[in-house]
Amino acid sequence: MMFWETYLLAQRAIRRNVLRSSLTVLGIVIGVAAVIAMVTLGSGATAKVTGDISKLGSNMLHVRPGQGMRGPGGARASAAPFKVEDADAIEHTVAGLMAVAPTVTVARQAISGSANWSTSVTGTTPAFLDIKGWQLEEGRSFTPGEVRSGKAVCLLGQTVKKQLFENDAATGTAIRLGKIAFKVIGTLKEKGQSSFGTDQDDIVIIPLRTLQRRMKGNTDVSAIMVSADDGVSTETVKADIERLMRERRGIKPNAEDDFNVRDMKEIIDTLTGTTKVLTALLASVAGVSLLVGGIGIMNIMMVSVTERTREIGTRLAIGALARDVLMQFLVESVVLSSFGGVIGIVFGLSAAGIGANLIGVPFIFKPGIVACAFLFSGAVGVVFGYFPARRAARLDPIVALRYE
Amino acid sequence: MGDPMHAKCPVTRNLIEFQGVTKRYGKGQAAIRALDGIDFSISQGEFVAVMGPSGSGKSTCMNILGCLDTPSSGTYLFDGVAVGSLSQDQRAILRRHCLGFIFQGFNLLSRTSALENVELPLIYRKVPVRERRRMAHKALAAVGLENWCHHTPGELSGGQQQRVAIARAIVSEPRLLLADEPTGNLDTVRSREIMEMLAGFNRDQGLTIVMVTHETEMAAYAARRIHFLDGHLVDNTQETEGA
Repeated sequence: MMFWETYLLAQRAIRRNVLRSSLTVLGIVIGVAAVIAMVTLGSGATAKVTGDISKLGSNMLHVRPGQGMRGPGGARASAAPFKVEDADAIEHTVAGLMAVAPTVTVARQAISGSANWSTSVTGTTPAFLDIKGWQLEEGRSFTPGEVRSGKAVCLLGQTVKKQLFENDAATGTAIRLGKIAFKVIGTLKEKGQSSFGTDQDDIVIIPLRTLQRRMKGNTDVSAIMVSADDGVSTETVKADIERLMRERRGIKPNAEDDFNVRDMKEIIDTLTGTTKVLTALLASVAGVSLLVGGIGIMNIMMVSVTERTREIGTRLAIGALARDVLMQFLVESVVLSSFGGVIGIVFGLSAAGIGANLIGVPFIFKPGIVACAFLFSGAVGVVFGYFPARRAARLDPIVALRYE
Repeated sequence: MGDPMHAKCPVTRNLIEFQGVTKRYGKGQAAIRALDGIDFSISQGEFVAVMGPSGSGKSTCMNILGCLDTPSSGTYLFDGVAVGSLSQDQRAILRRHCLGFIFQGFNLLSRTSALENVELPLIYRKVPVRERRRMAHKALAAVGLENWCHHTPGELSGGQQQRVAIARAIVSEPRLLLADEPTGNLDTVRSREIMEMLAGFNRDQGLTIVMVTHETEMAAYAARRIHFLDGHLVDNTQETEGA
């Protein structure tokens, strides 16, 4: 029998029982929609993470003591901390750098009058703002003199400002960080949540020396942030910094680094790796529902074969071959399942569109996954339609014609 | 033996020939002989009524005649072709091209128009759409249903449904029309209409018909009556030459 005829026949058989057909298809619709929505939202999330980190500056590098994310935390703790001199050495020795900023971060209670807020205090130099690309909303940054002498001045992130002052002016007032009084010289523009899920506005920035002397009582630097000039490869800069730091820290040629230099690409890879794994996990859970949908189709096709036993008998009597009957039922289940696939794709994309809006990630249309979902739903029809179709094709016409 | 699809035979030969046809069901002691060495033949253009009580073997005989079943032993020649030696698919193709069926329960596809029901055998014959439509219209006109083409079986009376079934059976111009209790579900008036129609096709177009019935009145429309009893042919009232 010609394929087109078989298709029309299948379509007619499906239309003969619209309600049942739609219920049958529902499983596939939900399965496909879930997979499509998950994957689309997942790629949106990945794109957002990548985009956000790139916004931080794709030319940014972090230099930290310890072995970084590779080993357990103990390695970092045992490694000697950096000093300001290390940052200076990087700035003066490594070529192609835009800025270098040594940083130390501590947790402190910020207090203004009766308001108080637990936040993180970062001690650094004004270069930090350049590297991060952060801008002031009002006031001014530190002067070189304030940095050098370790003055008690600070810049507030928007969250801290709101917690302490609500809508009142902050610049020019005095707050306390722990037990020490600081003068607020400016506030930072709102930056929102980072891809790491932390509030980037929950921060107070003070001169590095102030923090070292008056809060920690040492000259340690916990991380050095470096940004390369535009057009300079972060790979080269990274290699140069590594060579320099090995030399300064006296690491033997075969020994491993007791510090790590990470560029944004690595951070992006780590983070997108996580979202990708999560997406795959969610998509496979959704895939299970596709399987369940397939079983639903098989179930209904079995019922359909039983119900239409006399029809099958008649067809066989008037000259249908067993394989014509097989094809008829197989095509019917494939038409059902791929129809479900198409509806599922539409639903999935709409859900992903709405979802992307709600959670604030970009909507990324992936034709590959849509094609995949469609083909997979068709395959579900073949796999789960085959058994009922074979049962139909193997009917004895004599028995089938007498079936009541 | 040749391809059954293209087997064309001289009219002088018997269309159907049973030579010692036996059909056994089961094995050993429990075996039942539904047909026990039957010999008979039917020529082109005959109208034969097959009669007999239930369990007499007439259904088995019809199944074999319709190439749905094969003899356990003996030979069934359809137009000179030994059906017993054909594969299942070959028998399906033989049915497709040479046989028409009418059933007691009509066996029309529900929620499918009369026209589409009649087209069904032509689909399996791979007749192009336009030609198919033309042939189906012609067949429906032949049974007097040219104005009911787009009605579904649910919208037709029993007699009309059986006429659609007859149209479906004759649309492919078969060599042999097999009717299994065609009037079994109909009242006397409709039954007579159907019988008149079948007798007309036999008379005017020389269509060979074998019909199972248990109603003597309906059997009377046939020129020849064959009686079955316990797997044997007991009475062969015939005017023409016999087995």
